[in-house]
Amino acid sequence: MTDLPQVFWLLSIAAALLLITGFYCLIVTYNLVRALIALEILTKSVTLFIILAGYVTGRTGMAQALAITLIVIEVVVIAVAVGIVLCVYKNIKTIDGRSLRNIKG
Amino acid sequence: MTINIILGVLLVLAAVWTVMTARVLRSVIGLAVTSVILTIIMFKLNSPLAAVFELSVCAGLISAIFISCISLTQRMTEEQAATRLKERFSMFWLLPVILVLAGVALYQLHLTPDLSLQQAAPTETDVRNILWNLRHLDILGQIIILIAGAFGVVALFKD
Repeated sequence: MTDLPQVFWLLSIAAALLLITGFYCLIVTYNLVRALIALEILTKSVTLFIILAGYVTGRTGMAQALAITLIVIEVVVIAVAVGIVLCVYKNIKTIDGRSLRNIKG
Repeated sequence: MTINIILGVLLVLAAVWTVMTARVLRSVIGLAVTSVILTIIMFKLNSPLAAVFELSVCAGLISAIFISCISLTQRMTEEQAATRLKERFSMFWLLPVILVLAGVALYQLHLTPDLSLQQAAPTETDVRNILWNLRHLDILGQIIILIAGAFGVVALFKD
């Protein structure tokens, strides 16, 4: 990877497209598991941006530390969110977000 | 350069397949494939430790969590899957169009920023030094978040 600006630009485009994909899925879908998958794609895009920024500035150590922290937070968020989805399924027997609109309290 | 273009395109294609496929289980497999491609990119960008984390945690653990969740919920019938496929096509036909347009527009901009930034000192590139000496509060935060997550899951499944 000798041509640094080109590498930065190409992978930035890929990360931006990943971000668009994640946002689109998050907006359009009603399935709660799929919404979490969209959240995962968004996080992957951010991870790629962080690693790319570390690579072009020569601070890969700092970028890796931040990426590892991000991955740990991502796992915990997904684990708790999946727990919530399973609780929703246990109570209303569906994981469709539209069926949660009439929740009270 | 060519390998970067191939990896970038594969990453986006895997993500698009992940969100567009009808069955959630296939989506999870697509997510794992996306993680694997991201891992290769991270290895190429001189970030091996973060890449290993990405591969083991995102492609492994998170896929296992999602598959457990899917196995605990009811499976779609073939009719439901066929209906859902048509529904998904009507929802997602715009996504490839947007992605192609955005990709072409961004590529045409061709911004090559001035990256003649000062390179970090050799000690700053060692992730172990950074994690244990410079960012040790991050590790404390990670431990607290992990404990909070464990308590959260326990509270959710408490009868």
